[in-house]
Amino acid sequence: MISWLRDNAGTVASYFLQHVWLATLPLVIALVLAIPLGWVARRYGWLHTPMIGLTGLLYTIPSLALFVVLPLILGTQILDPINVVVALTIYSLALLVRTVADGLGSVPGDVEQAATAMGYTGFRRFFAVDLPVAVPVIAAGMRVAAVSNVSLVAVSALLGVPQLGLLFTDGLNRDYFPPLVAGIVLCVLLALALDGLILVLTRLLAPWQRIARGTS
Amino acid sequence: MAAHREGDIVISSVIGWFGNPDNWTGDGGIPVRLLQHLEYSLAALLIAALIGIPLGLYIGHTGRGAFLVAGLANSLRALPSLGLLVVMALLLGSRIHGDLVYVIPSILVLVVLAVPPILASTYSGVQGVDPAARDAAYGMGMTGMSVLTKVEAPCALPLILSGVRSAMLQIIATATIAAITSLGGLGRFIVDGQAVRDYAQMVGGSILVAALAIVVEAVLALVQRLVVPAGLTSRAQRRASAVSAERTEPEPDAEVGREELAGVR
Repeated sequence: MISWLRDNAGTVASYFLQHVWLATLPLVIALVLAIPLGWVARRYGWLHTPMIGLTGLLYTIPSLALFVVLPLILGTQILDPINVVVALTIYSLALLVRTVADGLGSVPGDVEQAATAMGYTGFRRFFAVDLPVAVPVIAAGMRVAAVSNVSLVAVSALLGVPQLGLLFTDGLNRDYFPPLVAGIVLCVLLALALDGLILVLTRLLAPWQRIARGTS
Repeated sequence: MAAHREGDIVISSVIGWFGNPDNWTGDGGIPVRLLQHLEYSLAALLIAALIGIPLGLYIGHTGRGAFLVAGLANSLRALPSLGLLVVMALLLGSRIHGDLVYVIPSILVLVVLAVPPILASTYSGVQGVDPAARDAAYGMGMTGMSVLTKVEAPCALPLILSGVRSAMLQIIATATIAAITSLGGLGRFIVDGQAVRDYAQMVGGSILVAALAIVVEAVLALVQRLVVPAGLTSRAQRRASAVSAERTEPEPDAEVGREELAGVR
């Protein structure tokens, strides 16, 4: 195990970095898209059901199938990491649109009224009051999306996209455990690190909310 | 793979793949692969439900071991399913003989991944039962067991079924990946197609898997609609609140948290 790691440290490190990139970029894109979409779903109630329904339908498609079909739709190469980014953005979006809508819905009515009475209106109230108050709920969705993204990225190894998942297929092909163990440990560590990062950011952005341990 | 750039050529070759009668017959044909996929998935779902539902009911009813639910759901979500599959295949592969060598490790992984969403949703379903309903049942002289079976379990049914649905989606997706450990099913088209650089076959398999997932989800949604008593659905709540309401606040839907419970595709 140690000697394998020493010989392959460079490869493992580059796989790891690629994995980090592929798991987090879709999360950021999805959040940026989910905030206006969640607002729309909240503002125009009749849009809520079709939007959640559509994202839910996309969420139903197994990841491997989506990775394979996307090149056909996007005109990309099958090995292109863009396919992974787009697929995971879709999944993250499916989780986050609902979470953002729920989060905005969790803003207490008297808080909104107080903000309006203080002169906050329109966009200013949304960014200064509604969105910050919704942060804890949105963060809960982000944590789920972040952790599941790490596992989903690994699946793209079946197509040969370079990231930690290649350690799994390598281990399977050679009936060899060291790359497997390294891959699993790094995936779990990455998932925990992303989860922890979102927790810390939530505490910074929503200091009034004590995020109790174990409520996730 | 340069030819893959030509979108329309690929689409016609996918249509050609579906149209080729050779792909519809024999051990590796579409009907056989489809049935295999469904068979493995249902077997795993059944086992997971037999473990997850009673355990969730017990934990929800007694409150004992609640930490297990959150801990299990979260820690398993962080494990990469592909890695888990390969480890299980390598660990058990040398110990099992015969045809089952490919099936048992994969089913085991499918069950391991499917239990947490079922367990968590059953638990939170029982937890979410209106305490007044529970108290009323006890007040009527019901024993703990009949409160569980006659009040808590039926009230928790919408959430339990939501958990079952997300578990099934998870299973179908993971059974696709499990094709690399030589399990049959629709994933074989993707894995075998990849091996011989036959993109049309890969896309064909993917379309079949996606269609299967959507159809199964629709069927389970229908089952849920038929099985859950009208009084427990959000439809009835919405109607009730519309009658009494001065505000049209959307009722908390039984579906909320379904994806959150599922986590992984």
